[in-house]
Amino acid sequence: MKLRVNGEEHVVDVPVGTSLAGVLRDRIGLTGTKIACNEGHCGACTVMVDGEPVLSCITLAHTVDGEVTTIEGLRDHPLVAAFVKADAVQCGFCTPGQVVSAAALVAANPEPTADEIRHAMAGNICRCGTYPKIEEAITHWSG
Amino acid sequence: MERLIRTEKEVEGRFEEVWLVVEEDPLEQWPAGARDVVGRPAVRKDALERVRGEARYTADIKLPGMLQAVLLRSPYAHARVKSIDVAPALAMPGVRAAIGPGDAPGLEAEAGYAGAPVAAVAAETFGQAHAALDAISVEWEPLEVVVDPEEAVERGLVHGEPERYERGDFDRAVAEADVVVESTYRTSVVLHNSMETHQSVCEWVGDRLDVYTSTQYVWGVRSEVARELGIAPDKVRVVCEYMGGGFGSKNSAGEYTFAAAELAKRTGRPVRCALTRSEEHVAAGNRNATIQKLTAAARSDGTIVALGGEFVNALGWAGWSASTEGPLKMLYACENVRTVRHTAKINTPPMKAFRAPGFVEGTFGLECLIDELAARLDVDPLELRRKNYAGSNDGTPFSSKNLAECYERAQEHWDRRSEVRARSDATWKRGVGMASQIWYGGGGPPSYAWTRVGSDGRIAVVTAMQDIGTGTRTAMAQIAAEELGVPLDRVDVTLGDTARGPYATLSAGSSTTPSVGPAVRAAAADAKRQILEIAAQRYDLEERVLDVRDGRIVSADGNLSVELGEFLSLLGSAQILGKGARGPNPTGMSVLTFGVHVVEAAVDVETGEVVVERVAAIHDVGRIVNPLGAESQVEGGIIQGIGHTLSEQRLMDGETGRVLTRSLDAYRMPTIADVPEIVCEFIDEPDAHLTNLGSKGLGEPPIVPIAAAIANAIRDATGADVHELPISREEMLRALREAEKKERRGAPAAV
Repeated sequence: MKLRVNGEEHVVDVPVGTSLAGVLRDRIGLTGTKIACNEGHCGACTVMVDGEPVLSCITLAHTVDGEVTTIEGLRDHPLVAAFVKADAVQCGFCTPGQVVSAAALVAANPEPTADEIRHAMAGNICRCGTYPKIEEAITHWSG
Repeated sequence: MERLIRTEKEVEGRFEEVWLVVEEDPLEQWPAGARDVVGRPAVRKDALERVRGEARYTADIKLPGMLQAVLLRSPYAHARVKSIDVAPALAMPGVRAAIGPGDAPGLEAEAGYAGAPVAAVAAETFGQAHAALDAISVEWEPLEVVVDPEEAVERGLVHGEPERYERGDFDRAVAEADVVVESTYRTSVVLHNSMETHQSVCEWVGDRLDVYTSTQYVWGVRSEVARELGIAPDKVRVVCEYMGGGFGSKNSAGEYTFAAAELAKRTGRPVRCALTRSEEHVAAGNRNATIQKLTAAARSDGTIVALGGEFVNALGWAGWSASTEGPLKMLYACENVRTVRHTAKINTPPMKAFRAPGFVEGTFGLECLIDELAARLDVDPLELRRKNYAGSNDGTPFSSKNLAECYERAQEHWDRRSEVRARSDATWKRGVGMASQIWYGGGGPPSYAWTRVGSDGRIAVVTAMQDIGTGTRTAMAQIAAEELGVPLDRVDVTLGDTARGPYATLSAGSSTTPSVGPAVRAAAADAKRQILEIAAQRYDLEERVLDVRDGRIVSADGNLSVELGEFLSLLGSAQILGKGARGPNPTGMSVLTFGVHVVEAAVDVETGEVVVERVAAIHDVGRIVNPLGAESQVEGGIIQGIGHTLSEQRLMDGETGRVLTRSLDAYRMPTIADVPEIVCEFIDEPDAHLTNLGSKGLGEPPIVPIAAAIANAIRDATGADVHELPISREEMLRALREAEKKERRGAPAAV
């Protein structure tokens, strides 16, 4: 199958039934996308497909027909600096997924309110509890 | 000068008497307050790698030829393997090895809980290994299942003898008291649910075993693996550069490590064994449930004369029994105290330490009881706490204690009560509650650090500790930068590899900063001393007139000011190596952390929904190294605590002992939408008796008082006494009905 990821086209040979997260991590080597629950409940594996946030651990790779953006494609996004500055990272395992979800949010809504941030980000669990700092980072993402 | 001492060592509230070789610590503490680097907010040294997804966790380790291992777990809460045949699994596609009970530590023929590991398979892919589990034929002999902790204690199904404590004359004090309050509190099992599941990758390199593992204690895994496998400790290398959370559940090696090591040995290939999220819910440890029958007796003037508690720790099949009675023994001045703690051995998944084990549970009971006592005495709960302030730990002086100052600063938050209550309406009742915090967190020896200064003037701090997400690299870099007189960006920290640094303690028990921080400072001081020695020779000046400030070597008269990197270029390939060790804890003193939370909560009296609206947290943990990271720790602890107080509920089938909630959908942890306004303050007063740093740990204190503070806010809002965690809607409605009944009877709120 062919997959377009962060502007590059990849040809991979994987069995039908392989998750997008599996292809990204194991075949293409993009390990920035984390798998924390592998059942679509926590948001750690969030990537974008054509700008929409998608849970890559429960998305079958063969069903993806669009441009995939992972954290590796967002490394220079202003949100990265905003997360660093706000201390919106503790163990960091959920953080790439948080940044991807936040990037999808600010692309659609560049000045989200606190309620809008909370609504859009409620699917991304952080067990360390960095939420107040995540809210701060997204509120001030553009610097 | 090294010396040998016999001392009590504390980890997670557990004490043991040990011999310790410690080094003297001749450095004076820095004066209180923010310094050039220490005490000022710093962004994390490793934040960029983590945020950009570049940090390599155990989950990201991929070695050539690596196999995937999956564990076969018992479907029964209590059963014995009568016979097992793993051979059919070997015939399955992709399978390279299979092992059963006795083949690796942790795989046992008697399963004491549903989920206990009995066998393991390694295959080319996770799916193949998983599929092969079905081919293992096991003949089980089911045994009697006991999951009720009180029944277990009655029947003598316990871990060890009951733990008893007594001071003064409890019975007499209760008999002579003006007011006696008795209540029973229950706390539930809480799951750690770190985002990175428990996992290891094991690879044999000749006779050396490399273990990449998600752990809070690389040295602990090293010695445990060496001991269990019967090999020399230096033949085990443990690596954990980045890890995705632990909260106490990753202090030891775990069966996944041993299974991977054995399967790697049999196949000659690297093996990963990673638990699934479902396994995290059944076999990765938990905070155990407790039952607490508590008594408080007081004179009518508010003097607490007796405190008593009968505790049952529902430990599960394995684990250790934490000091649930600790807060009751230590938080208040009280001459007459009696406690007994039973530890039930039941057929439920094992306990593992979880962020202030014992004290989280015990503080919920005690601090609710104190508020019930205050209601009976008709005194202000904050005044009652002040009146019974403990000046010593039952005669042993505190190394430092600023809880009174915490109370002082809590006053303004506490004074919002009438304004908060006034915002109630017919459905939503609002109130304010508080609770105090006491916990350990002083750390201790041994821990070591090295510093390496090169000709480019950069400083590497090398210590084989681990950063579990608390900002360890940053705090250590700040300490080294402060001591050496260089900007923070000049310092790098290398950690997480037992083969690449000296011993450092575990990242648990709020011990990291107070244990390793002083060693890092000593190592930095050692390097600085050498730099000044060389500079004195180079510039023909006396050492005592030289210093390093803001990255420059300067003389007292101001005539010399040379950039450190420029000066050190004379080193060429030579290096300056500093070494430092953690000195001893103060003898004859109790090293403890303190704090107070004031919570504003709203209760929907029709549905039982509880919303935490505001938390003010004031903590006394000695010197704060990084105020930004410290604030994150407090927020994280509070949010995690709100989870076990209101929404997190592990459900189990009482007949079979099987866990029913096995996903993050069923087990509901807080999301960003559940976060209240959090106000965070620190006393930030160095503990003058504790090390060259004066810092205590902060990982655990913020989770200790939150549940009781929420329950007390609920009482303030509604008059209802909640006695059980989590405060589910059922528990809330039950408490509201109970309160209504009491009001109708005209009886006071407590017994």
